Amino acid sequence: MTTVAGPAAGIAERPVVNEASRARAAARRRRTAGAAARTAVQAVVIVVWCLLPFYWMIVTSFRDPKYTYDTTPFFSHITFSNYLNAFNTAAGNQLGLALANSFGIDVAVTVIALVLGISAAYALARLQFPGKGLVMGAILGASMFPGVAILTPLFGLFSTLGWSGQYQALIIPYIAGALPLTVYTLNSFFREMPWELEEAARIDGCTPFQAFRIVILPLAAPAVFTTAILAFIASWNEYLLASVLSGTQTQTVTVAIANFSSTVPHEIPYTNIMAAGVVVTIPLIILVLIFQRRIVAGLTAGGVKG
Amino acid sequence: MTTTLANGPGGTPPDLAGRASANANRRRVTRVAFALLAPTLIAMAVVVVYPIVISIINSLQTDFATIDPKTGLFEKGGFVGLQNYTNWLLQQCQSGGKTITCPAGTNQSQFYDAIFATFFFTVVTVTLETVIGMWMALVMNRNFRGRGILRAAVLVPWAIPTAVTAQLWYFIFATNGVLNSVLHINTLWTADLWASRWAIIIADTWKTTPFMALLILAGLQLIPEDTYEAARMDGASTAQAFVRITLPLVRPALVVAILFRTLDALRMYDLPAILTQGGGGGGDATTTLSILVVRELTSHIDSASALSTITFIIIFLVAFLFIRFFGANVTGNPEKSQRVAKEA
Repeated sequence: MTTVAGPAAGIAERPVVNEASRARAAARRRRTAGAAARTAVQAVVIVVWCLLPFYWMIVTSFRDPKYTYDTTPFFSHITFSNYLNAFNTAAGNQLGLALANSFGIDVAVTVIALVLGISAAYALARLQFPGKGLVMGAILGASMFPGVAILTPLFGLFSTLGWSGQYQALIIPYIAGALPLTVYTLNSFFREMPWELEEAARIDGCTPFQAFRIVILPLAAPAVFTTAILAFIASWNEYLLASVLSGTQTQTVTVAIANFSSTVPHEIPYTNIMAAGVVVTIPLIILVLIFQRRIVAGLTAGGVKG
Repeated sequence: MTTTLANGPGGTPPDLAGRASANANRRRVTRVAFALLAPTLIAMAVVVVYPIVISIINSLQTDFATIDPKTGLFEKGGFVGLQNYTNWLLQQCQSGGKTITCPAGTNQSQFYDAIFATFFFTVVTVTLETVIGMWMALVMNRNFRGRGILRAAVLVPWAIPTAVTAQLWYFIFATNGVLNSVLHINTLWTADLWASRWAIIIADTWKTTPFMALLILAGLQLIPEDTYEAARMDGASTAQAFVRITLPLVRPALVVAILFRTLDALRMYDLPAILTQGGGGGGDATTTLSILVVRELTSHIDSASALSTITFIIIFLVAFLFIRFFGANVTGNPEKSQRVAKEA
C-alpha cells in the first residue's frame, strides 16, 4: 500500500504552468471530491446493510414481549426479562448449560487440532519431500467434504457404542472439521515466516529443537493464536453435527438457539430468542473486533495464494 | 572428494558422494516430514476416512428385513448392491417385497426437488455474493476516513453463528415481522414456495457476502497501486481499469473464493433447517440434500448413507470440474504472490 492519498495530492505539489492545465487540475479535484462523496455513500450503505439486522436483534432482545412486533426503530419498552427467560431452566431453556458445553467442547477441539496440526503445518511449510502435494490435497479435500458424509456413519456407530449424548460424540467429529482448517491456515502463515532466522540460530550453535523453540515459536505465536480463534469460532458455529449427535445434557449453543422453548404454548418467544442470540454472539463479536486484523489475515491467508 | 576417488573405480564423477549424501539427506528430511505429519494423518484417517468407509459399506446394505435363503426367516440387513442408490435416483420404494414408484411425501420422492433446491441456492447465492462481495471489496480497498469502521462492520455478519442468523431472519421474516410491516406487504416468507426460497437466499447472502468480500479484498491488495497510476496516465477510464487490470489480477483470489463458497453452499443445512424448519412452502421448497439426509437418517440409516455418498460425489464432481475449468490454485504458490505482496 502506497501512502499517496490520491491524484489530488500529487497535483497540488506540482507548479501549475498555464490556464489550461489549471482548469484541468480543478476539474480533476472536483472529480476527486465527487468520488470521495460516492465512496462515503457506498460505505454507509454497506455498514447499514451489515449492522441493521444485528441492531434489530439487540433492540428486540431488550423489548417487552408484548411489543414484539413494534417497529419503533430505536430502544423502547425496555426490559431485561428476555435475558432472564433465556436462562430460565424452568421454562426448558438450557442456555447456561449450552454455553458451558460449547465452551468446553470447542476448547478441547481447538487444543487437539492445534497440538496435532502445528507439526503437520510446519512440515508442509518448511520441508521439501515427495508426496507433499498429495498430502496438502488430501487435507484440503477433507475440508470440503459435506458434514453429512461423516454424520450418517457416526450416528450409527455412536448409537452402537452408547456414546450418543456424550461429549466425545461431538468432540471426535468436530476434529474432522477443525483439523484441516488448522493445518491449512497455519501452513499459509508458516510459509511467510522468516526461516532464515532459524538457520542463523543453528549456525550460532543451537540444536534444531532449540532453534525452533527460542527463535521460531515466539514468532509463530500470533499465527497459532489466530488459528486457534478461527478453529474455535468454526466449532462454536457448528450446527449440523450437533443437532443430530448431541443429547439434552450435551446440547451446544446452536442447538439451544434452534430449539428455543416457549413458556406460552403456540407462541414463538421471539424476544427471548433474540436475547439468547445476543448472548451467544456477543463474545464472538468482541473477539472478532479485538483481533480484527489477525482474523482477516487468517481468513484470507489460504485464499490469495497463487 | 578424496573419498570418491578412493572408492570409485577410475573415472567416477567427482560429485557422486555429494549426490549420495544429498540423497541420504533427502530421505532423512522425508522421514522427519512424515513423522511430523503422522499425528494429523492418523487423526484424519480415524475421524474422516474410517467413517466414510463405513458409510459406503452401510450404503450397500438394506434397512429392511430380508428372507435368509438358508433359514427361511426374516433377517435384518444384508447386502443389496446399489439398490439404495437406485432407490434415490429412480425415486423407488420397497413395498411388500416389490419395488414401486415412491408415493408423494416420502423422502425418495423429494430427491430431485432437493437437487434442484441445492443447486438453485448455490448458483443464486454464490452469484449474488460474488457481485456484492466484489463491490464491497472495491469500496473497502479505497482510502478514506472511517475505513476501519467499514472493515469492522463487515465482520459482524460473518461472526454471528448461522443458527442465530437463521433465528434472526426468522423473526424479521415473521408474518407480522418488521419486513412485512415496513414494506406494507403480507408475504408468507416461510410458508410460500418461492418466498421461502428467497428468504433463505437473502439471509445467506447477508451472512456470507462479507467473507467473500474479505477474500476478494485480500486479492485486490496484492495489485500494486502504480499499475492503476500507469493506466490513468495512459488515459484509461475507471471502467477500463476495472476490466483490464482489476479483474485479471484479482482472478486467482476470486476463483478460490468462489470455489470455497460453492462447496460450502452445496452442503447448506443450518439456514433452511432452522429458518424454514427444513421445509418451507408445501414442505420441501427449501429441502437441500443435507436436510434430506438428516431426515432419512433417523429412520433408515443405510439409505441415508447412500444419499450422503451421492451428496459427497456431487460435491467432489463440482470441485473437480471447477478446478479443471477455472484452474483454481488452492494449494498455493507462495513465492510469486509474496513477491507481489512485498512490491505492493
